[in-house]
Amino acid sequence: MMALAVLVLVRTRNLFAVIVLSGIYSFLMATLLVALDAVDVAMTEAAVGAGVSTVLLLGALHLCKSEEAKPVHRPWLPLSLSLATAGLLIYGALGLPDFADPAAPIHRHVAPRYLQNEVDVPNVVTAVLASFRGYDTLGETTVVFTAGAGIIALLRRRRHPRNEDGDHGK
Amino acid sequence: MESSLVLRVVAKLLIPFILLFALYVQFHGDFGPGGGFQAGTIFAAGIVFYALVFGLDNARRIVPDRLVEAMLALGVLIYAGVGVAGLLLGGNYLDYFVLAADPVHGQHRGIFWVEAGVAVTVSGVMLKIFYMFAGRGRHDGDAA
Repeated sequence: MMALAVLVLVRTRNLFAVIVLSGIYSFLMATLLVALDAVDVAMTEAAVGAGVSTVLLLGALHLCKSEEAKPVHRPWLPLSLSLATAGLLIYGALGLPDFADPAAPIHRHVAPRYLQNEVDVPNVVTAVLASFRGYDTLGETTVVFTAGAGIIALLRRRRHPRNEDGDHGK
Repeated sequence: MESSLVLRVVAKLLIPFILLFALYVQFHGDFGPGGGFQAGTIFAAGIVFYALVFGLDNARRIVPDRLVEAMLALGVLIYAGVGVAGLLLGGNYLDYFVLAADPVHGQHRGIFWVEAGVAVTVSGVMLKIFYMFAGRGRHDGDAA
């Protein structure tokens, strides 16, 4: 299902259809994540991937043409590069422990201590994110903040016409 | 912006529940799935929905740009402030155990404020990006 969505996504030249398809892809991804019991991530995927980013892409589409230009170059070099990367990743994934294997190293290292739950929060994901890995989450929040500040710096219209004249050079 | 009657009525019905669900996800994050990031995006999505149906200007009147920009920084400050509060109360940075007399209660308090900070920043950034894109398209369209 998702592979089909991606294939159509690649073939389509109408950007509006591409945006709608990527929204569908995000919803499929969210259902997949629910099936994997990662409800927190699924929620984020549905809200960000299918909701907000679809709207943002539509807003961006409003600014440009709605048909994708024909590619100028032959796709063989990028295609072979991505196929090689995919092959490498699949080869690496074959070396991983089995899915949900309780003896895997990731379940042996710090996970037991997390699950002892000394902070007494029933949702372990929240406990790990906010308490055990508080520094990481602080960093992530700062990244989000920086992204917002960057967007403001890039897209805000200048309020001082004098500066604009100076930039353009009379 | 002209919208159909059905859309307006449905939006009016749905938006309170979207915002309520965001708050539920925020405050119930300790017990069920959810947390600051999810709640922030759902909240922002609710406002974006409002802006889509009732027009950008109306949304800007309810959630003004100034407030959104303040939220951007405020969230990070809340998060970092929890860390500083831990320092002042004699613990390490982002050490929640010292935030209340009972260590477990301190953890809960720390997680609550940290999640609040994340939610505020995330929804602020989402809304700001949306305002930027949407506003830019319209003004350029007018100029052209």
